[in-house]
Amino acid sequence: MTIFLHEMRQNTKMLVVWSVLVGAIIVVCMATFPEVKKQTDELREAFAMMGAFTSAFGLDKIDMMEPIGYYGLDCAAVLAFGGGLFAAFVGVRMLSKEEAEHTAEFLLTHPLKRSSIVAGKLAAVVAQVALFNLFCTVCAIASFALIGEELPWKTFWLFQLAQFLMHLEIACVSFGASALLKRGGAAFGLGLAALLYFLNMVANISDKWEFLRYITPYAYADPSSVIPNTAIAGEYLAFGMAYALIGVAFAFAWYSRKGIAP
Amino acid sequence: MAEKLTEMPLQDIAAPKASSFAIEATKLTKRYGKARGIDDVDLCVEQGDIFGFIGPNGAGKSTFIRTLLGLISPTGGSAHILGLDCARQTKEILGQVGYMPSEAMFYQGMKVGDILALSARLRKQDCVQEAALLCNHLDLDPGRKVEELSMGNRRKVGIVCALQHRPSVYILDEPTSGLDPLVQREFFGLLMARHEQGATILLSSHVLSEVQRYCKHAAIIREGRVIASGTVDELSSGSARRVRIQGLAEPPALAGIRNPAAHAGGVDFFYQGDMRALVAALAKEDFADLIIEEPDIEEVFMHYYEADGAGGPSVQAATPATSDGHFGHATPAGHSRQEATL
Repeated sequence: MTIFLHEMRQNTKMLVVWSVLVGAIIVVCMATFPEVKKQTDELREAFAMMGAFTSAFGLDKIDMMEPIGYYGLDCAAVLAFGGGLFAAFVGVRMLSKEEAEHTAEFLLTHPLKRSSIVAGKLAAVVAQVALFNLFCTVCAIASFALIGEELPWKTFWLFQLAQFLMHLEIACVSFGASALLKRGGAAFGLGLAALLYFLNMVANISDKWEFLRYITPYAYADPSSVIPNTAIAGEYLAFGMAYALIGVAFAFAWYSRKGIAP
Repeated sequence: MAEKLTEMPLQDIAAPKASSFAIEATKLTKRYGKARGIDDVDLCVEQGDIFGFIGPNGAGKSTFIRTLLGLISPTGGSAHILGLDCARQTKEILGQVGYMPSEAMFYQGMKVGDILALSARLRKQDCVQEAALLCNHLDLDPGRKVEELSMGNRRKVGIVCALQHRPSVYILDEPTSGLDPLVQREFFGLLMARHEQGATILLSSHVLSEVQRYCKHAAIIREGRVIASGTVDELSSGSARRVRIQGLAEPPALAGIRNPAAHAGGVDFFYQGDMRALVAALAKEDFADLIIEEPDIEEVFMHYYEADGAGGPSVQAATPATSDGHFGHATPAGHSRQEATL
């Protein structure tokens, strides 16, 4: 519990900055929806004419002129990508920062089992990602109220759940890497999040690359899949959660044996 | 204030399971790939002893200590603290040890008081009173942020973290580097108070005078190996003294004099042997001034190192000879070779 609370305090500033930033972008983005709605026909045509980009962003499967469609494709893209970066950053630094910032000797010479340190830090990662998603969800609900649009609640909650699970997966995989890394964690985490986002775009463009959906969590959190179907693709999600579990299990196994040298 | 600090008892010392040694390493080895760590280190520290662990930077002092504390696992041999296995019972050991790392770093953005409170919470102990006393003693402001602290003040935070839970074993890695002499004195005052209460202290250092002043036993480590171990007196008498004489052109004719170097004012040389014989020989000479000093740490190392190289395994490494705490005395051999190099 001490480790958990300590990490929550250590990460407060970053959590607040990222949540407020992404939350504010969501609100500002949704505030533009009434304007967009007025130009329905021209925009529909324009979105359909973008070739590969149309499918890369899923514009062929989702109606941008519906508020939830606009939210999912435009506004929540910030939530998906920004949240992915945040989750990767929090996850990948959680264990590695102790060595990178030379505080490992302080922490690990207290009477704690390594596994309880990992557990406390993992709980902090999950809590950070959950609080970030909670704040952004509140912002999204508020933004719908602001422009006076109805929220299709079931679709919305499923979509938000998919975003949370996707962020959680990225955080857990990064957490696994965090046990291994000593330095350069931030670069690894941010690179991983960006790569996974890009892989989903590739999978959307070409059927040949569809297998990438089994790798990237952005596949099961893709608005063009979750929103029209009001469902999360179970098989991709199952793979994603398996990766998350592997990441966590690796963190426990590796960090419990890791030699800490300066 | 000092009386107050000594009133509280130390943590209960766990009943030793196998021996009377508080710290015991047997052929402890840690290799990093091809790079050297420590090699076959045998070392025993009796309960209640103050043990000096001497070596230059990079000799393996910190590696040895980190292995004792379970930060790194040994590639060979074993180590025990208070009868507990360092590789498997790390948590239990750390509960009874106060450790001060050679480079103390703390979490950015936290105040000194927060760090001390965090350390206490991680130990599930209430150390508020002791922390306040120690901060007062060391003139450390708990309201300061750690990143604003000077090196010396950061070391003080490390001292309080190592002492505030009143452990029975102290492992201190070059604790005085970066501390000014006044704080050093305060620090050793605190340590001696703990020692009087029965604490065992392992003090790693490259300052020989500090070890000579405060430690009963000591070991010298070089290139990952313990090359000599014994009482501090034994180790000191085994090493040469640097003698500087003003107003004398040549050293007296005496066995044990090496490397005489004459200069305009007089002569300098190293002497190893009975000091009374040297003084008696000098008494017959006419000289203006005499300085007898310990050679610096590097020269002491050279002394043992060369002895090891010339005489093979003639230097006994940290083997307890008897059960009453006297250690195998490192007897240097190969003097002829030393003469050539010292």
